[in-house]
Amino acid sequence: MSQNAAAVKTPKPTSRKDMTKFQWTIKEIARNKTAYFMIAPFMILFLIFTVFPVVLSMILSFTEFNLLEFPKFIFMDNYIRLFLDDDIFLTACQNTLVFASITGPASYLISLLVAWFINELAPKIRAVVTLIFYAPSIAGSVYLIWATLFSGDSYGYVNAWLMEFGLITNPILWFSDANYVMPLCIVVALWTSLGTSFLSFIAGLQTIDKSLYEAGAVDGIKNRWQELWYITLPTMKPQLMFGAVMSITNSFSFGAVVTALAGFPSVDYAAHTIMHHLDDYGGQRFEVGYSSTIAVILFVIMVGCNLVIKKLLSKVGQ
Amino acid sequence: MARLRTRKHKVVLNRSVGGDIGINVMLILLGAFMFLPMVYVIMQSLKPLDELWMFPPRFYVKSPTLKNFTDLFKLMSTSWVPFSRYIFNTVFISVAGTAGNLMFSSLAAYALAKIKFPGRKWIFEVVVLSLMFHTTVTAIANYLTMSMLHWVDTYLAIIVPAWCTSLGLYLMKQFMESSVSDAVLESARLDGASEFYTFFKIAMPMVKPAWLTLIIYSFQGLWNSGNSIYIYSEQLKTFNYAINQIVAGGIARAGAAAASQVIMMAVPISVFVISQSNVIETMGSSGMKD
Repeated sequence: MSQNAAAVKTPKPTSRKDMTKFQWTIKEIARNKTAYFMIAPFMILFLIFTVFPVVLSMILSFTEFNLLEFPKFIFMDNYIRLFLDDDIFLTACQNTLVFASITGPASYLISLLVAWFINELAPKIRAVVTLIFYAPSIAGSVYLIWATLFSGDSYGYVNAWLMEFGLITNPILWFSDANYVMPLCIVVALWTSLGTSFLSFIAGLQTIDKSLYEAGAVDGIKNRWQELWYITLPTMKPQLMFGAVMSITNSFSFGAVVTALAGFPSVDYAAHTIMHHLDDYGGQRFEVGYSSTIAVILFVIMVGCNLVIKKLLSKVGQ
Repeated sequence: MARLRTRKHKVVLNRSVGGDIGINVMLILLGAFMFLPMVYVIMQSLKPLDELWMFPPRFYVKSPTLKNFTDLFKLMSTSWVPFSRYIFNTVFISVAGTAGNLMFSSLAAYALAKIKFPGRKWIFEVVVLSLMFHTTVTAIANYLTMSMLHWVDTYLAIIVPAWCTSLGLYLMKQFMESSVSDAVLESARLDGASEFYTFFKIAMPMVKPAWLTLIIYSFQGLWNSGNSIYIYSEQLKTFNYAINQIVAGGIARAGAAAASQVIMMAVPISVFVISQSNVIETMGSSGMKD
């Protein structure tokens, strides 16, 4: 039908060469309108619940807003207050960076190493070992068992054990002691962190073509470390990237684990992270403008960190 | 890479005995660190009262009992809102959220992976970017959105956002790209099949592992969702929330607490056990190109 119409009229541009880029795009959009229908439901929801909230937070971060009165535009005041007047925020920043810079890389490395260790096991055994390492990350609030293990009284398993061996005489209040609370939370966070990136690494290792290793052996690769470095890692680079994104994003989001174990606020703010600060101002004090500022900072840190690491990883093996 | 003769017999390459021992020792140590706390939860849930509070505490249980579980069920039956209501809420939210997520994510994933339309690269970049931050960042703004929509304190506030998870779309799109062949789709199109037809009849049956993975991820998230900031009414709260309330009743309920944790973890773990091979297969294509 459209062919007939085109034949009657002056010859319409039909090949890409005869059209401007704009005309070509319009034509392609019209030709693929089904595709737009297909992504529309997802994208509309995605815009409402992911893109719009980010934009809204950014706008609100320049305002003072208490949910009752109309937001008042105060320009950079929230940011100035945050960095110059809010000592607890600076503590939170420091804690978050310590927390993330330990849990992120550690969880990434453990995931990768364990995936690599178990790669050559028999499939049945590998499935069992995978389950053992993966289970804590999907087991809901089971991490609370660490509160029982490190309970502050002498019924706590660790305290009782240390007392029996005469290493301590009085039970240690693990989660109420500013010296211990942060390292313990890091350990528990690590325990729950072998999640999506771990599975991705296991799968990535499984898909590597075995003949690459044989070729490598002929080319003079001497041991498994060289094999890992020269063959395995470069081949599974896409998984390494994906795993990095998952690990980094997670490493900044262990707020709930810390709250459940160390309480809120934690002793001397020793385990107070940006996430807790956000919850404090947003969820409890209803200072929406100020908490949006905190959210924007956290957003920038997370995305910035991810983009930098992604850039660095893209250089692996080049 | 140079062309090389492939070897017919099975070869074990570049493996030293020392390395094998070292790796196994590491694996056992890490495995113990991961596994023992899980075992301890189960032990705790089976301990009678005198063993829970004995000094010094013992790791394993001597005379196992199911009393903690029966206690838990008794406590459940005395709750103000009937416990079946909490279970219904969790099941309803999990099923509705997961169904929508599967539907919308795979439709969008198919279009992004298999139809070349202007803007698709850009859209996918935005989705990947959204993998890089956690949803708590947007929680406050999302609360405002929910109240603008008048969805606060309704099921919708939990279910509808679960329909558009970027991880779901990402995994589905990557898997479709690698495992649905363009040639098959192309020949269907030449036969006059519509995109919706090829999606439902050709692409979807080929990506069953990805469906299962998406279902599991979505289900795990919703099953473990506890106290949401959007829900006030007791009648709309989830099983996870209710069970946490019970065990928050003090140290006297330590046994019931362990029992509840065992119940809560049993479901996602069994689901994973059943579907592990499919999940791993899906993850094989999860890689991110730069």
